[in-house]
Amino acid sequence: MKQKVTNQTRRKMLIGGAAAASTPLWLNVANAQAETIKIGFPTPLTGPFSAEAQDQVKAAELAIKEFNDAGGFNGRKAELLVRDDKLNPGEAATRTLELIEKDKVNYVVGSLSAATQLSINAVCKERKVLFNSISQSDAINEAKDWSVYTFHEALNPTMTAGAVARYSIPRFGKKIVFLTADYAYGHEMVRAFERAGKEMGATTLADIRHPLGASDYSAFLPRIKALNPDILVLCNFGRDLVNAAKQCTDFGLKSSMKIVAPVLLYTSRLAGGPEAFEGIIGGTSYYWGLEDRIPTAKTFNDAFRKMYNGSVPSDYGALGYAGVKSVLASIKIAKSTDTMKVISAMENLKYDWYKGPEYYRKCDHQAVQTVIIVESKSKNMKDKYDVFNILTIEPTTEKNMRSCAELGHKA
Amino acid sequence: MTGLTFELLCMQLLTGIALGSIYALLALGLCLIFGMLNVVNFAHGAFFMVGAFLGVYFLGVTGNFWFSLILTPLLTGCLGLITERFLVRPLYGRGLDYPLLLTFGLSYVLIEMMRVTFGIEGLPSITPEGLTGTVNVGFGFFPKYRLFLIAATAVIILGVWFFIQKTRYGLIIKAGAADQEIVKVLGVDIAKVWLLVFGLGCAIAGLSGILASPTRSVNPEMGIPILAESFVVTVVGGMGSAVGAVIAGLLVGVVYSMTSLFFPDLAELSIFVLMAVVLLIRPQGLFGKAGAMG
Repeated sequence: MKQKVTNQTRRKMLIGGAAAASTPLWLNVANAQAETIKIGFPTPLTGPFSAEAQDQVKAAELAIKEFNDAGGFNGRKAELLVRDDKLNPGEAATRTLELIEKDKVNYVVGSLSAATQLSINAVCKERKVLFNSISQSDAINEAKDWSVYTFHEALNPTMTAGAVARYSIPRFGKKIVFLTADYAYGHEMVRAFERAGKEMGATTLADIRHPLGASDYSAFLPRIKALNPDILVLCNFGRDLVNAAKQCTDFGLKSSMKIVAPVLLYTSRLAGGPEAFEGIIGGTSYYWGLEDRIPTAKTFNDAFRKMYNGSVPSDYGALGYAGVKSVLASIKIAKSTDTMKVISAMENLKYDWYKGPEYYRKCDHQAVQTVIIVESKSKNMKDKYDVFNILTIEPTTEKNMRSCAELGHKA
Repeated sequence: MTGLTFELLCMQLLTGIALGSIYALLALGLCLIFGMLNVVNFAHGAFFMVGAFLGVYFLGVTGNFWFSLILTPLLTGCLGLITERFLVRPLYGRGLDYPLLLTFGLSYVLIEMMRVTFGIEGLPSITPEGLTGTVNVGFGFFPKYRLFLIAATAVIILGVWFFIQKTRYGLIIKAGAADQEIVKVLGVDIAKVWLLVFGLGCAIAGLSGILASPTRSVNPEMGIPILAESFVVTVVGGMGSAVGAVIAGLLVGVVYSMTSLFFPDLAELSIFVLMAVVLLIRPQGLFGKAGAMG
């Protein structure tokens, strides 16, 4: 009996809710189609990458604000529709489909993980909606997943792991051990590091795979110590990287080998603390400290500081900014919101939003950009944001990327 | 594999024991509560997590590891007392699943509270001064802190053993586990004993949290995987058996460590294989009494 009553109430609530929602929604849609430019933004707001995801949203909102403050496009303002994909490819696909079908977004920017970005890409490809991905992946460049609607703002493992290999192998030695998170992205980093290392005569002593999300790596460490490599490469991400770096430090591995990470994130370093990451070298797409060398970085940081209480943007945050900014700028250039016209404007875009000149390569729409090699420091830190020294910036070049033919694109 | 030496095997064994120490402590708290109250505490991992957060927080505020090592279990213990008195107690006399579901829900409340208080990214953990770095243990260099962890675990386990085997209160607890009706007839307020045992279990969980914190990152979700592993330990050791919990905890740590050496890909799986094998050969666990779940 009780069950029946609840069911009835629930049904009433649903009907009532739908009725209440439908009228204003209908009005909204009518207005929005004339007015707002909607950008869907699926990203893992909850889960292990939530810190990075929230920073992506903050920086993307900054790009939206700048566009709107400058008057928008013919008086049309932009709006960001953020959705939580929970780091789950299925959830990401559902949210993206909803954004396209129900919210009628014009474009999609976002994602954070190789797997979710491929599922978002698949949906956008099918619905012919422009998608600018701001998460690392090699697969998204390859012809089988790619479509003309696919853009890739982030770095890919070939570029970042390659840059770290080119920096560290000549300096520290040729005997390499990998500690790798056992999933697609981890494997991509190993492949890219080995690819760059082969040219320099590097050899792999072992590639030790650990389960994704492990909290203790100590059981792998005595063997790594016994293998005695010149370089230990930590091919993992987020909390996995924090735990691995910490435990490698505890086990004294740094005294006999150099530890490098193809992707050394600002947020991971903050979460791990200075001692755990001391001396670890890695690659990143952006570090706020670039502002001493690059004027646009200074402008971007200052705008971010002003909007968010003096805090600085992280690497993935900056990608959220650039990802949205490129799309909005291309609308203005194309003088249209038509997807194909915006795509063609983006293909010809030469931009410098925050880290120096960039452009999208014609064949796979990969953003050709610099890789910043940083070293984590524990001394002489000016404030809590001052965590890395910039060692070098690998210049913008297509030479270090897989060629269009290799990716399966017609030249 | 090449390069397998006696030293490497010894290092791997010691690493496994350090890993197993945390499992043993957590499983000990779990099985105290289960053995006595017949409550499967699904919030145990959350108490572990809260202990780690409080420990790191107090360490940051006071700068004294030993102080927070004492304060933290007191606080998680009090949290345990409140949980038993106001949440678990109304459910006695109902099925095993009632407190199980309640504590499961409670764990998510605690996780969310830590997210709200300390942020989703967690806190950077600190190794106490004097215990950083490595020390030569004869067959290689081992982190000082992990040696301390093994020693601290041994002291805590001996302390609990002494409390239960050699004190009057321990006697009451054992009697209560064996036959609560008789204990009631003898004039002991069994409700108070249950309250204290639940508090003690949660205090040990908090203590394991702060002890584990220097070895890993402290984040709101850190208690979830370790809860699953602790249940594997209690099942291997035998539900409700304290001796079983300790021995199985160390065993699971060593099995994980040795599998990592030879088949790193299978390390995570190995402890579940161990559990399956134990259940096939001895369904009640290594040290469990048959029918303990009934």
